[in-house]
Amino acid sequence: MLRIEGLNASYRGLKALQGVSLNVKKGQIVAVVGANGAGKTTLLKSVAGLVTTEGSIVFDGQDLRRLKAHMISRAGIGLVPEGRRLFPRLSVEDNLRLGAYAIAGPDRFKPLELVFSLFPRLQERLAQRAETLSGGEQQMLAIGRALMTQPRLLMLDEPSQGIMPKLVDDIFRAIQRIRDLGLTVLLVEQRLAEALEIADYAYVLQTGRVVMSGKAAEIAADSAVRRAYLGL
Amino acid sequence: MVPSITRRRRRELVIAAVLLAVLIVLPLPIHDVYTRNLFIITLLFAGLAQAWNILGGYCGQISLGHSLYFGIGAYVSTLMFVNGHIPPPVGMIAGGLVAAAGALLVGWPVFRLSGHYYAIATVVVQEIGYLLALNWDLIGGASGVFIPFRGESWLNLQFRTDKLPYFYVALGFAAVTWAVAWWLEGARLGFSWRAVKDDVVAARSLGVRVFRSKMAAAALSGFFTGVGGAIFAQYVGYIDPDSILSGQLAILIALPAVLGGVGTLWGPFLGAAVLIPLREVSSSYLGASGNGFDLMLYGILIMAVALLRPQGLASLGAVFRRNANGAP
Amino acid sequence: MTIETLLQVAVSGLLMGLIYALVAAGLSLIFGLMDVVNFAHGELMMVAMYAAFTLWQMSGLDPFILLPIVAALMFGLGVAIYRLLIARALSVRFNRGMVQIFVTFGLAIFIRGFMQFVYGGEFRSITGTWLANRTANIYGVYLPLPQVAASLVCLLAFAGLLAIGRTEFGRALEATREDREAVALIGIDRDRIFALGWGLGAATVGVAGVMLAGFYYISPNVGANFALIAYVTVALGGFGSMLGALAAGLLIGEVEAITAQLLEPSLKQVGMFAIYLAVLMFRPRGLFGKL
Repeated sequence: MLRIEGLNASYRGLKALQGVSLNVKKGQIVAVVGANGAGKTTLLKSVAGLVTTEGSIVFDGQDLRRLKAHMISRAGIGLVPEGRRLFPRLSVEDNLRLGAYAIAGPDRFKPLELVFSLFPRLQERLAQRAETLSGGEQQMLAIGRALMTQPRLLMLDEPSQGIMPKLVDDIFRAIQRIRDLGLTVLLVEQRLAEALEIADYAYVLQTGRVVMSGKAAEIAADSAVRRAYLGL
Repeated sequence: MVPSITRRRRRELVIAAVLLAVLIVLPLPIHDVYTRNLFIITLLFAGLAQAWNILGGYCGQISLGHSLYFGIGAYVSTLMFVNGHIPPPVGMIAGGLVAAAGALLVGWPVFRLSGHYYAIATVVVQEIGYLLALNWDLIGGASGVFIPFRGESWLNLQFRTDKLPYFYVALGFAAVTWAVAWWLEGARLGFSWRAVKDDVVAARSLGVRVFRSKMAAAALSGFFTGVGGAIFAQYVGYIDPDSILSGQLAILIALPAVLGGVGTLWGPFLGAAVLIPLREVSSSYLGASGNGFDLMLYGILIMAVALLRPQGLASLGAVFRRNANGAP
Repeated sequence: MTIETLLQVAVSGLLMGLIYALVAAGLSLIFGLMDVVNFAHGELMMVAMYAAFTLWQMSGLDPFILLPIVAALMFGLGVAIYRLLIARALSVRFNRGMVQIFVTFGLAIFIRGFMQFVYGGEFRSITGTWLANRTANIYGVYLPLPQVAASLVCLLAFAGLLAIGRTEFGRALEATREDREAVALIGIDRDRIFALGWGLGAATVGVAGVMLAGFYYISPNVGANFALIAYVTVALGGFGSMLGALAAGLLIGEVEAITAQLLEPSLKQVGMFAIYLAVLMFRPRGLFGKL
């Protein structure tokens, strides 16, 4: 579904990605794990069209590098960015509905049902400003907003960051449910155990290069790998 | 890389000295009144732009109201000469000092603002000055002040038969502003300004007293702008609020520096050398009929420069120098 | 000062203040959206005045009828300015703030020159309109009807702006100003929003210009003064705040009317400038500005 080949990207003058290749299959959760500064965020930003890159990024036969960021979203890729990037002064409802801004047709707000079933808390907070939500709720809203764009591939950048442990489980469970509903997920995480537990396939990134890939369960089981690359 | 910076600074001094020598002899064979006027105005605005550059460029506070200090300098020196018979060379310094005091007075409230709030406040303060001058009969009000001719001499700074001395006055003015800017680039004060310009918070954490260093920049910048205003008044022989306190003039003072490269040593001069003759020529050839053509051209020029070379003409020089040295 | 004079001053301040407020609203909208101060804002108003003048000359129609046409033209002009100039100014890598100031400033000078080229420097005015020279007299307070109509239209335009803010497009505007990068992630074309924002800003000041043309002289320089007041209004109200623009516009109108009554009319702006500086001493981001 998503095929990345020989991707190079720079961020603030530093080479963040060097010759990264990876492949995301339809209906899977693919996790990209690695230490801080390994290039995980840059990878997602590259796919979303937020940084300039060299190499090839093909999504369902479409070359994403030719598209501007908003067209990539319209092509069916949703990104839940680092830091969530909600619209803080708009209400929860406005944040969600704006997700469907570029969608046409009578059913454009239909994913709301899905969002509310995944995150019932959001429904209780519809009229609240996004900035008044807790960290976990903001993360739910960010995922919800991305789902409103009706993506086929959902990319999440460290969804567990800055969230109470109790809610982290909720969010990972939601990601699994999203996959079970037929969406494809590309997940970037520092929480290795949880990410590998729900993922089908995983890539290990180290200083901008893919150093390891394989079935998530196998990587999780390989203690040598964990020590060598993930510092555990 | 301290030695190379010193070498660069020394080389700049040499370039300036050569340029000064060329400029001293340059007007001698030119007797055409129009061309000499062009030279004088260009040099004067080169100095003014350099004075603006101290605050707007090195310290990063984009003032759009510098005609206020220009006007203060012009009024003070003129009124001292007209009413008190105090020679302009003295009045010029007095005008500069009053202008510097004015800049401090303005800076005190205005430097608390940042970004667009600051820029607009400078316009407003200048406009207040303009309106007050327009309505203050003691200083001539809207009808302005004529400077009576009291005999050709350097003491009176009046030259009727030959305008050449004004050329040297303007040249001296420009040279002094350049020398000040050159000194600032190596001085502690200049470093603290650059820190303020780049990042106020970081500057503060480095121990830079932000407010005080802005005030210092304002005072220096205001002083030289005031001196320029005094020279202009003596050269033109007549001042009124529209010619020395207007918003248009405020922009014209800032523009050469922007065009040439803000916060650079040569930018204001380069900008003035390009902009002022272009403006003078286009307005005397195209604007005489009042058909607005000169304004259109001027506007296009400003837009083109801002968009095409946002870092200023001086960057062309840097590119050239880099290529000449063969090393980055 | 009699009660009548006092009321008269208050009413004149209110009538002018609403126009100032609308001029400022257009400026504030653009600034709030993308951090650009449009130094050609007064010139946009002037263009709208000339457009009304020309259409009136050609058709003989009242400016009231011409209002939507001019507003639409101004919308187009605003979009064009964004696409041709501002989009480029936003994409430069050096001195971005300064580039924006001088690009819009150059545009202002160009427009002024262009209008002088086309119309000459002399003052024009639209005469013989429905309300021309008509006044109402309520309890001894003199109400010039063209100004009353103008301020009512300004009030309506404000209501219109607020209504737009409640639409989905308005939410997208707000979202873009809050996080111009994140909107791309939900498929919003930021460039398009910016262009429409410029169109809206220009149309807003255009409405003020047309109504002003019903009772004010028209010349290539008429915009400069109104623009200055608009900058003061916006800075006083707080950049980007619509409510701030309205409140500050009214305040400025009143202060101006009172100053003109107490001091020489030519000094009428000194009062508003002084108020502005005084307020900024205590609230550096204006009355309603976000910190």
